[in-house]
Amino acid sequence: MSKFTGKSPWVVHFNCNSCNGCDIEFLACLTPLYDAERFGVLHVGNPKHADILVVTGSVNKKNMHVLKNVYDQIPSPKAVVAMGVCAATGGLFADCYNVVGGIDKVIPVDVHVPGCPPKPEAMLDGIVKAVEILKKKTKETETVTEELPVVIVKPKELPAEPAAPEAAKESEK
Amino acid sequence: MMKINEEVSLETLVGKVAALQVAGYRFVTMTTVDCDDYFDIYYHYDKDYELYTLRLKVEKPGVVPSISTACFAALIIENEIQDLFGITFTGLVVDYEKHFLLAPDAPEKPFCHVPGVKITTVDSPAAKKEEVAE
Amino acid sequence: MSMIVPFGPQHPVLPEPLQLRLEIVDETVVSALPVIGYVHRGLERLAEQKDFQQDTYLIEHICGICSFMHSTTYCTGIEEIMNIEIPERAKYLRVAWSEMHRIHSHLLALGLLADAFGFESLFYQIWRTREHIMDAMEFTTGGRVMLSAACVGGVRKDINEEQKKFVLEKLAAIEAEFKEEAHVLLDDYTVKSRTVGVGILDAKTAYERGAVGPTARASGIKMDHRMTGYFAYDKLDFEPVVEDGCDAYSRTKVRIREVYQSIDLIRQALAALPDTPLKTPFKGNPNGEAAVRAEQPRGEVIYYLKGNGTDKLARCRVRTPTFANVAPMLHMLNGCNLANVGVIVLSVDPCISCTER
Repeated sequence: MSKFTGKSPWVVHFNCNSCNGCDIEFLACLTPLYDAERFGVLHVGNPKHADILVVTGSVNKKNMHVLKNVYDQIPSPKAVVAMGVCAATGGLFADCYNVVGGIDKVIPVDVHVPGCPPKPEAMLDGIVKAVEILKKKTKETETVTEELPVVIVKPKELPAEPAAPEAAKESEK
Repeated sequence: MMKINEEVSLETLVGKVAALQVAGYRFVTMTTVDCDDYFDIYYHYDKDYELYTLRLKVEKPGVVPSISTACFAALIIENEIQDLFGITFTGLVVDYEKHFLLAPDAPEKPFCHVPGVKITTVDSPAAKKEEVAE
Repeated sequence: MSMIVPFGPQHPVLPEPLQLRLEIVDETVVSALPVIGYVHRGLERLAEQKDFQQDTYLIEHICGICSFMHSTTYCTGIEEIMNIEIPERAKYLRVAWSEMHRIHSHLLALGLLADAFGFESLFYQIWRTREHIMDAMEFTTGGRVMLSAACVGGVRKDINEEQKKFVLEKLAAIEAEFKEEAHVLLDDYTVKSRTVGVGILDAKTAYERGAVGPTARASGIKMDHRMTGYFAYDKLDFEPVVEDGCDAYSRTKVRIREVYQSIDLIRQALAALPDTPLKTPFKGNPNGEAAVRAEQPRGEVIYYLKGNGTDKLARCRVRTPTFANVAPMLHMLNGCNLANVGVIVLSVDPCISCTER
C-alpha cells in the first residue's frame, strides 16, 4: 500500500477566506504550463476521494466549521498544505475583526508555502513535499498482520450418479 | 466630489424610491456611514451614467422601512447593513435576522463607532498598540 | 412537494465557497437563496484603520482576479477628493494593465465555464492561452496576480520599449490561439446544447434588478462605464459589446468579443504612450467624499470614500459587480434544471471574495 500512495496523490482544494489570488494560481498549477499532473496529482471535488487538502486563505468564524468538516471527511493518512501567508498566519487580513487566524488554529498543517500569492513553482514544491510526508505517514500507519496459514477449501467430490432418466430419454431421441 | 441630489425622510423614502424605479433609474447600491451621533444612508441610483443620490438621516440605533418590496436588488445590501451596523429594516422580503455575513459568534455591529464595541482581534499586536495609543 | 437542496459551500463546480439553498420540485428549481459569509473578512473596516496610502495595497487584495482595477479605482477616488490630475502616461498605463486584467479574467471565466459543463480539455486549453497574458503582466510589473502598480497620483511602474515588444508578441499569440477555442465555445453542437437558452434573463428584469457588466450587456443593455471616459478611455476607439440572446450563450459570446476588444485597446494604448512623468506629487490628506465608478471584467464597481482630513479614511465602501449580479442570478435560477445550476452560476462569473470583502 505505502509503495503506491505517493505515486498519484489526489488533491482537494478548499478556499477558506482567500482573496482568490492563491486560488487562481493553484488552478494554474494544474493546467498545462505548470502541469501538476506529471506528478500524478489529480484535482478532485470530493474530500472522500482525496489524500491531500490544499487550503488557501485564513479562517473566519463561519468557515472554520466547514474546513473542519472537509478535513474530517478525508480518509487517513492525509496531508494538509497551507498555501500563502493568509493560511499560515492570517497575513494581510490578520487584523480584520472577522479573521480568527491561520488554519493551524483549526486543523494540523504539514506544509506551509509562503508568498502572497506564491508562484506556481513554489506551490508545486509544496505539493511534492506533502507527498513525501504522506508517504511517511502511510508507512507509519500501515499495520502488518501476521501471515495466516492458508487453508484450501475444496468442494466435496460428488458421488457419481447415474444420468437422470429424463435426460437419458432426450439423448435417445 | 459627490453630489447629493435629494434629502429624504423616513416617511417619503419608499414613495421616492418607487417613483425613481418607474422613471427608469437603475438601483446601484446603498452606503451607510456612521457619523457618531446618527447614520447617513445614501441610496445611489443611476441613469445614463449619471449617479443620482438620495440621503437619509437616521437616529441611532436606527429603524428604517425596507425598500426591497419596490426594488428586489436592495434586499442583499439591506441584509448586509443589518449585520454590519445593527440598523433594523422593517418589511424585508427575506430577512436573514442579522446573520447574513456574520456567524452567530462573530462580533456584533463591527462597523459602528459606538464606544464599548471593540474590534476583537485577540492576538494581534497591531490592535494592542492602537489601544495603548488611545 | 418541494424540498431544499444545498449547493455548496464545498462543491466541485465552484472554485469559491458560496452556498445556494435551492428549493426544488422533482428536478426543477423553484426558488434559490444565497447563503454567504464564508469569505467575509471585514476589509472595509480595516481600511479605516490604516493610512490611506497603505490602503492601496490592502484594497488590491479585495480580489485577486481584478486586483489592479480595484486599486486604480480606489486611487481615482482619492485623486478626485484631493483634486489631483494624474500625468497622461499614467492614464494610458492604467488602461493597458486594466485591459490585461480583463483578458486574464475573461479567459479564466470561460475556462471555468467549460469545466462546469464537463469539457475539461477545453478548460485546459483556455488556461494555457491565459498563461501568455500572465507572462505579459509578470514581465511588465513583476507580479503575476498582484501587480502593485497603482498608487495615488499615478502609477509606480513603467512599460519600456523591450517590455512593449514582449506584450505585443504575447497579444498576437493569444489572438491566434484563442480563435480556435472561441470557435469551439461558439459553434460546437454539444457546447451549444448546454448554454443556448439556459439561464434566461430578459432586459427588463436585468435592469430592474441592477445587473451590471457582461450579464447586463448579454441581455441587450448597452451599459459600459468605460464609455464615460475615465483614465484615457475617452481617447481610445471602442464600442461596448452588446448581445441580445439573454442566455448563458450570449454571456459567453460577450466575454469572447471583449477579449478581442481588450487586445485592440492595449495595442492602441501602447502605441499612444505619451512621454510624461509617471506620478504627480501631492501633499496633505483627503478631506471630503467621493463616489467613483469603473468598469471591471464583471461589471461596474463603485467606491464611496470619505476622508476627514486625517491620514485615515472615515469610510471606505466598495460595491463590487458580483454583489449587483446576485439578484439577477437568483432570477435566472428560477425554473431551471438542477443539473444546469452550475452552468448558470458560472455564466455570471461570480467572484465571492469581491462580494463579501
